Amino acid sequence: MSVLTEKVITRDWDRPGQNTLSVYKQHGGYAAAKKALEMTPAAITEEVKKSALRGRGGAGFPTGLKWSFVPSFEKNNKPRYLAINADESEPGTAKDRFILEKDPHLLLEGIAIACYALGAHTCYIYARGEFKYPSAVLDQAIAEAYADGIFGKKLLGKDFELNVYQVRGAGAYICGEETALLESLEGKKGWPRLKPPFPAVVGLFGCPTVVNNVETIASLPRIFEKGADWFLRLGAGKSGGTRLVTLSGAVNRPGTYEVAMDTSLRELIFDPAYGQGLPEGRSVKAVIPGGSSAPVLTADEIDVKLEFDAFKPLQSMAGSGGVMVMDDTACMVRCLWRVARFYAEESCGQCTPCREGQPWMTRILRKIEEGRGEPQDLDTLMNVASAIAPWPPIGLGNTICALGDAGALPVQSFVTKFRAEFEQHIKLGRCPRGDKPWGVFGEFK
Amino acid sequence: MSDPLFTPDEQKRFDAGIAELLSHYPSDRKSAAMLPALRLLQTLKGWLPPEGMKLVAERLETTVEHCYEVATFYVMFHTQKPGKYVIDVCTNLACALRGAEGLLAYLEQKLATKAGENGEKYFLRETECLASCGTAPCLQVNEDHYENLTKAKVDALLEKLT
Repeated sequence: MSVLTEKVITRDWDRPGQNTLSVYKQHGGYAAAKKALEMTPAAITEEVKKSALRGRGGAGFPTGLKWSFVPSFEKNNKPRYLAINADESEPGTAKDRFILEKDPHLLLEGIAIACYALGAHTCYIYARGEFKYPSAVLDQAIAEAYADGIFGKKLLGKDFELNVYQVRGAGAYICGEETALLESLEGKKGWPRLKPPFPAVVGLFGCPTVVNNVETIASLPRIFEKGADWFLRLGAGKSGGTRLVTLSGAVNRPGTYEVAMDTSLRELIFDPAYGQGLPEGRSVKAVIPGGSSAPVLTADEIDVKLEFDAFKPLQSMAGSGGVMVMDDTACMVRCLWRVARFYAEESCGQCTPCREGQPWMTRILRKIEEGRGEPQDLDTLMNVASAIAPWPPIGLGNTICALGDAGALPVQSFVTKFRAEFEQHIKLGRCPRGDKPWGVFGEFK
Repeated sequence: MSDPLFTPDEQKRFDAGIAELLSHYPSDRKSAAMLPALRLLQTLKGWLPPEGMKLVAERLETTVEHCYEVATFYVMFHTQKPGKYVIDVCTNLACALRGAEGLLAYLEQKLATKAGENGEKYFLRETECLASCGTAPCLQVNEDHYENLTKAKVDALLEKLT
């Protein structure tokens, strides 16, 4: 089995007072940023490329490569911005909030490094509106960093001004999509933008902008403390470092865990260090591996490693690390209905296939679950979903942003892989699980 | 004469808050402060009253229509006065697998209300994933977060909502 040799993100989470600047600095905090700031911006970007750090928000895009899309000042002399995506909202995902709560300076130190590399003098941290407590901890940390002279006119004493602001969202999943996030930062409703142009060229206020996830940027201090080679070796395949995953659903020990990239889903679910398996007598029926938009896997498919590229042969994705486990007594129709309802609620309304298709699929699923399903419903479901995004997935749907795909892929994967269960509902004229559709932990006690 | 929107103290907090927010954005991009400005207004008044929306539009040099377009897009903004306690219950998949539907039904019964109905004391709503998937089920009361909920914990919590 794979072993987590060294922790990256969660290393100091258990230390009392870790969220304060004094404790953070006592244990070497901001030394990595000081070291990085002795390098040239280009050398910092090269080091990040070498580390194989990939975006932890869901897409797994190589971070250094993303940074290198920002045009040179000779070509484009507008201000640059860094936007931190702390709008953690993908169902199944609860990791970035813990970074904000437990070790906010790790993120802020990463921001110092990233902004210096990008030549960005302003960073906005876009935090989920519902994150009252995490945002309060982060605000406190930002204030401490200003008071200590880390941020402001002279970033860590360097002749480089950096201002960091937290902006709180107000309850819209779509704002986790990077161009919707930029619209929201500009004070608008979160309607995604057509790409190209990409944010690296035309982003916030029309200026070159990099949008990175919290966990991604929080990895930077360790990379510059211990070196890109160290980070690369920790990883697996083309993915450097470790990753945070959130394990939920029908396991004995749900929670947020830092795991090695070559940990398998099976290990995550059953290992004593992580999920500790299912209650006696129960078995895995299905696993959503990377947040609810990731196509579902069957019990036969859970030997896959959590590394970003490993899911491609299974036509699923590692996504944002939200692993949701359903046991053999959970109803797949009811589970999918919950997922579909989410995307129907959260569709921003801009593109017709998504705006109309997600609620349509939700209604059909409810109808099947309530025993009113008809034989042609399953074909309708697949047709409506495929009008939003093709199946098998090719990573490109018929809508402006990936929310369309995010709602279509669960429907297509559930109906394809668990078709017999959907047909059984239609044939019986009811849910075979009756009023207990949620499996082994489904009852509220 | 109708009551003024703000008490003197609220007026001071609003003015100072708006000035601070505007300093975070380029001077020709005042309307970028829309979300934090609406949040400020809602923090002071408990919701977004029409007179307040007009004031935000003036300070941000934009239109009232822009304010409403934003306010009605985001679920955390209240353009109608909500009950004293807004209770948001996550019923998404990770919470549902840990009893969230039962939690919602339990609250509906205890509070004698229906999800989605706005009352004077309680505004119980179903909400989407609140990033408590490993600590499910969960809810928020006026944005304060509670997780790993049981009937006993809900009972204790409700006792405090007077």
